Amino acid sequence: MQSALTLLSWGPEGWLDDIAAGVFVTVCLALATLPFGLTLGFFVALAKQSEEPSLRLAGNIYTTIFRGIPELLTLFLIFFGIPLILQYIVRLVSPGTSADVNSFVAGMIALCFIFSSYSSEVFLSAFRAIPKGQYEGGYSVGLSSGQTMRLIVLPQLIRIALPGLANLWLILLKDTALVSAVGLNEILRQSGVAARVTKHAFLFYGFAGLIYLLLAIVSSFGINAIERAVGGSEVKR
Amino acid sequence: MSLATDTLKVDRPPPPARGWSRQRILGHVLVGLWIALGIGMVVYLVAAWNPEFFQKYAPGYISGLGITLLLVAISIVLGAILSVPIAYARMSKNPILSGFAYAYVYFFRGTPLLAQTFLVYYGVGSFRPELEMVGLWGFFREAFNCAIFAFSLNTAAYQAEILRGAIESVPRGQWEGAASLGLHKLQTMWKIILPQALIVALRPYGNEIILMIKGSAIVAIITVYDLMGITRLTYARTFDFQSYIWAAIIYLIIVETLRHGVEWIERRITIHLHR
Repeated sequence: MQSALTLLSWGPEGWLDDIAAGVFVTVCLALATLPFGLTLGFFVALAKQSEEPSLRLAGNIYTTIFRGIPELLTLFLIFFGIPLILQYIVRLVSPGTSADVNSFVAGMIALCFIFSSYSSEVFLSAFRAIPKGQYEGGYSVGLSSGQTMRLIVLPQLIRIALPGLANLWLILLKDTALVSAVGLNEILRQSGVAARVTKHAFLFYGFAGLIYLLLAIVSSFGINAIERAVGGSEVKR
Repeated sequence: MSLATDTLKVDRPPPPARGWSRQRILGHVLVGLWIALGIGMVVYLVAAWNPEFFQKYAPGYISGLGITLLLVAISIVLGAILSVPIAYARMSKNPILSGFAYAYVYFFRGTPLLAQTFLVYYGVGSFRPELEMVGLWGFFREAFNCAIFAFSLNTAAYQAEILRGAIESVPRGQWEGAASLGLHKLQTMWKIILPQALIVALRPYGNEIILMIKGSAIVAIITVYDLMGITRLTYARTFDFQSYIWAAIIYLIIVETLRHGVEWIERRITIHLHR
C-alpha cells in the first residue's frame, strides 16, 4: 500500500508526470480550438444579425443543430463520421486505401462546432447592444462597411462580449474531458489509467477534478487581466 | 394651403429593388448547402434502410430514451430539493456557511461532469468497507444509481446559483414592503418573492434541464444503457453509422421541444408584464 504522496510524485514511482502530460494535452486542445471557435462563432453571429433572411436562417440552423445534440454525440458523429466520408472520397481516387482521423483533430473539430454555436449567441447579443448610431456614424465619416466593422464595432463588441466568452472558455475547458472517450490522453484518461493500475480511483479522479479547478482559477486570473487590458467594465450599457 | 397639399402629393421614391447583393447570394448558397446536407442525410437513411435493423434495435432505442428521461427527471427533482439549502447557505450572512456553499458550487461548476461521474462510479469502490457497514454498497454498485448521485449533486450546484440569482433579482423594496405589512419572512418568501423570482428563473431552469439531457449522454461511458448507451451498443454490434444519426435526431427533437415549451410557458406567465 503506497501512500498518496508517493503516488502523486514525479517520476517512475508516482503518476504526476503522466498526469502533467495529460494537462498539457488538455490545454493544447482547448487553446487550439479557441481561435477557430471564436472566428466561426463571430461569422455565424454576423450571419444571424444580418438583414438578409436567408443568411439568418442558415445561421440559426447551425446553432440549433450544434446546441441540440449532446456534446458527446457530436464528438462521436465526427470521430466515426469523418473517416467514413474521407474513405468515400479517398476510394474514388485510389481504391484500397483507408483514412482515419486522429482523436485530437476530431475533438478539435467537434469542440470548435460546439464552442462556435454558443459563442455566436454571445456575439449576437453583443451586436444587439451596439446602437445603430455607431454604424451610421461610421458611414457618415466615410468608412466602408468593412472598416466600420473593424475600427468601430469590433473594439466595442469584444468589450461587451468578453464576460460571456470567458464563461464559454471555462465550459470549453471542461468539455475537453469528453474527448477522453475517444482515446485522447488528456487529464481524465491519464488519471483513469493511474486509477486502474493503482486501484486508488477516488484519489486520482479527485486529483483530476482539482486540476480542472486549478485550470479554471488560472484562467479566471488571465481573463481578469484581459478585461483590465481592454477596459472591461468601463462601458456599461 | 395648396402648396402643402402639393408637397403631400409628391410620390415617395420607389423602394430600392432587391438585387442579388453579395449577402443575399451567400445566404442562399448557405441555405442551399443545409438543404443539400438534409437531403443527403435523408437519402443516406433511405439507402441504409434496413427493416431488420429496426426490428432488432428500435425497442432498445425507446427503452434507452426512457432511461435518459428517467435519469434526468430524478436528478433534476433531487437537485431542486438539494439546491434550496445550498442557495440559502450561499445567501446567508454567516461566512462559514456561505463559504461552504461557495466551495460546493465552485467545485461542481468548475469540474467536468464526466470527472464527477467517474469520481463517484469508480471512486466509490475505495470506500467499500465503510459503505458496506452503512448498507449503502448495494446502492452504489449500480451504475445508474451512481449516475443519479453525481448528476443530482452537479445540478444542485447549478440550480442553487439559478435560485440565488433569481431571488436576488427581486428588488429589496419588495422585502421592505412585505415587512411593513407585517408579513414574516417565510410568508414574504412564499407569497411575494418566489412568484416574482420564478419568472426570472424559468428560462435558466429550462436551460439547465436541456443541459442535463445533453449531459446525461455521458452515462453511456459508465455502462448505463440510456439513449447514448444503446446507440454505442448498436454501433458496436452493427458498425452501421445510421445508429448515431438516429440518436442525434431523437436528441435534437427532445431539446427543441423543450426549448419551445419553455418559451411558450414564459410567454404565458409574463402576459401581465407586457404592455
